[in-house]
Amino acid sequence: MKRAILSGNEAIARGAYEAGVRVASAYPGTPSTEILENMVQYPTIDASWAPNEKVALEVGIGASFGDGRALVAMKHVGVNVAADPLFTLSYTGVKGGLVLAVADDPELHSSQNEQDSRNYAKFAKIPMFEPADSQEALTFTRIAFETSEQFDTPVMLRTTTRISHSKSVVSLQEQVTGLPEPSLEKNPAKFVMLPSNARKRHPLVEERLLKMEEWACQQPFNRVEKVAGKIGVITAGVSYQYAREALPDADILKLGLVYPLPKQLIRDFAANYDTLYVIEELDPFIEEQVRAMGIEVKGKEVFSICGELTPGRVEESLSGKPSEAYFSHSEPLPSRPPSMCPGCPHRSVFHSLNRLKAFVTGDIGCYTLGFMEPLAAMDTCICMGASIGNATGLSKLLSAENQRKVVAVIGDSTFLHTGINGLMDMVYNSSASTVVILDNRITAMTGRQENPASGYTLMGADSYRIDLEQLCRAVGVKHVQVVDPYKVEATRKVLKQEMERAEVSVVIARRACMLVKRDPVARKPAFTVDSDRCTGCRACLKLGCPAIEWRSSADGKGVAHINGLFCVGCGLCQQVCSFDAMGVLHD
Amino acid sequence: MTNQVTNILISGVGGQGILLASEILSEVLMLAGFDVKKNEIHGMSQRGGSVVSHIRYGKKVYSSIIPEGQADVLLGFELLETYRCLPLVRQGGSVLTNNLQIFPPPVTLGKETYPEDIPAKISAAFPDTTLVDGLRLAAEAGNPRTVNTVLLGALSKRVDIDDTCWQQTLQKMVPKKYLEENIKAFNLGRSL
Repeated sequence: MKRAILSGNEAIARGAYEAGVRVASAYPGTPSTEILENMVQYPTIDASWAPNEKVALEVGIGASFGDGRALVAMKHVGVNVAADPLFTLSYTGVKGGLVLAVADDPELHSSQNEQDSRNYAKFAKIPMFEPADSQEALTFTRIAFETSEQFDTPVMLRTTTRISHSKSVVSLQEQVTGLPEPSLEKNPAKFVMLPSNARKRHPLVEERLLKMEEWACQQPFNRVEKVAGKIGVITAGVSYQYAREALPDADILKLGLVYPLPKQLIRDFAANYDTLYVIEELDPFIEEQVRAMGIEVKGKEVFSICGELTPGRVEESLSGKPSEAYFSHSEPLPSRPPSMCPGCPHRSVFHSLNRLKAFVTGDIGCYTLGFMEPLAAMDTCICMGASIGNATGLSKLLSAENQRKVVAVIGDSTFLHTGINGLMDMVYNSSASTVVILDNRITAMTGRQENPASGYTLMGADSYRIDLEQLCRAVGVKHVQVVDPYKVEATRKVLKQEMERAEVSVVIARRACMLVKRDPVARKPAFTVDSDRCTGCRACLKLGCPAIEWRSSADGKGVAHINGLFCVGCGLCQQVCSFDAMGVLHD
Repeated sequence: MTNQVTNILISGVGGQGILLASEILSEVLMLAGFDVKKNEIHGMSQRGGSVVSHIRYGKKVYSSIIPEGQADVLLGFELLETYRCLPLVRQGGSVLTNNLQIFPPPVTLGKETYPEDIPAKISAAFPDTTLVDGLRLAAEAGNPRTVNTVLLGALSKRVDIDDTCWQQTLQKMVPKKYLEENIKAFNLGRSL
């Protein structure tokens, strides 16, 4: 048997391959992104980035209706976008198996909220598996496809950051054989959800859940581990691992299917214990259902509802005492928040917006870091695409003078995700804001994924690159300008001019991310500071470039210093220095 | 093999090559026949922020996160980030740290202070502390960007794994173009 060490995401991709998946679609989102990225190595899968999660799921549904197995992946908040097709897909059911892999982010490592996707399974009345390591991620993906076809239902596969990004050892299997060939078969009563058809489907959905609830009591993915027989724990996913660490002697009912719950199995298990815990991250999802069965459990009164669990947090919650570390610091430590990379093309736009005293409605991407000091030029951030609608709403209330201060800032990928709709509304309803599209040609924050404005697909093929200028003009924007954000003064001038305009205008700040994979940007020689010329005015520090450090000087004011290991030679500091102190370092 | 789990923590700054180092380490441990789990956070935290990678190995590993205060070895790529992670190390644990300071933005902006004498503070609490001049050794290997491999070499002495496992994995995971300088860097670290 072949062994490999895979992350949860890699294991899901492998499981999809082994399950004979033909079509995979996703929009990148941490911590789910690597699922699709790892599909590329399997030639039997057509894997693609969709402009957003709703489209990704719709692509998956089409493939399923054509009798091909399909996997769709997204992060937790992506399900909000895909919820519309998801809820009706629950009614139609599937033809080829369809699995929606969703990655939650307890602790908000890289997200704007910590919503618990398990609620979506209950809400949409569809089953949900939750693996506890990479082996289960692989195995459950395979089982999820069988389950989808057996019960004629889409299936959700939920992971959390610590499963998605943890690596552990798995055994690899061969790909399944004997799956049906794709076909084009009409079945309007099942696939056309107008009221008369949908009405007949709803009772089937309810019956399906009851059948699955019974079935789940006999499946090996829901298992009881008996140890000492004194304390009982019901748990699932990564929480199982922490429960095993913190309570090695506990008996555990380890759920692989977190919805619908195997009620009889839970009743039989619970009957053995005076003390029964439910250990789960985020919402009391299992706990509330177990309580509703009339079973007394300890759950969220012991374990936090916010943030993720860890072995230590589980132990502390159980003992009620904080754990004592051997070493503790006797002084405050400086924080090290993330910041835009050296050479990031977004930097100068935020530097200018700060100086122009703009009220910036922001969006989701690397550029959300424009919020951090010293750029400090982001005033709102809600969800993908929200910046433009937020700017429209603000403009409706404000005086002409204040209206001009409102600027929406959005990345190329986010603009195409759901920002374009906001722009249509802005034009259609005669709003008057400035929209800045930060076009770095890539979906950067999630790790540089291609998008419809990149000119490449996930599989690496050349593709049409959406012309953002034409697109904006097509929805009715009369004033569209393109600037190079590496030209600081010119960029600021255009921003100022467009902010003063009493009509909708779009400024496209175009420069490729330093980290793009195709057509990579060459690093230029590092800059250096002439400390005789540096007056210690700190103007360059306002760029927030990680390559610029501050050193002490004889006069006490200090001087700028450029770390040659980090500097990529973008030249922004040279442009903001009034004393000509920045020059190129020649060896 | 008893079920003794060994816990290795790697810390540093996003962009220092911690991910590749921890990938190689976990691959080596798997090759040596252990159950291995490795954990770190991708995404926003990687943009120049603090990065921590957990690697655990033994006969059977449950949590991929090292239980608090139970790291056996801490490998730090940057002094402040080594210092920051000390509460996660058990009493008597080993600390290997790169002798490098990278000032975080709040320090550069003058809002917070970078602690002084970090190496002395570390070795006062952890007698088994090794200070590695990673940048100098990497330059000696032929590329200042091989600091992560130098540090991995230094770590390899604390992990009882056959040298062939390391060499085999480096051959497999380092791009050919950079292999020679990385092998050199690894050996320099290993001979510390």
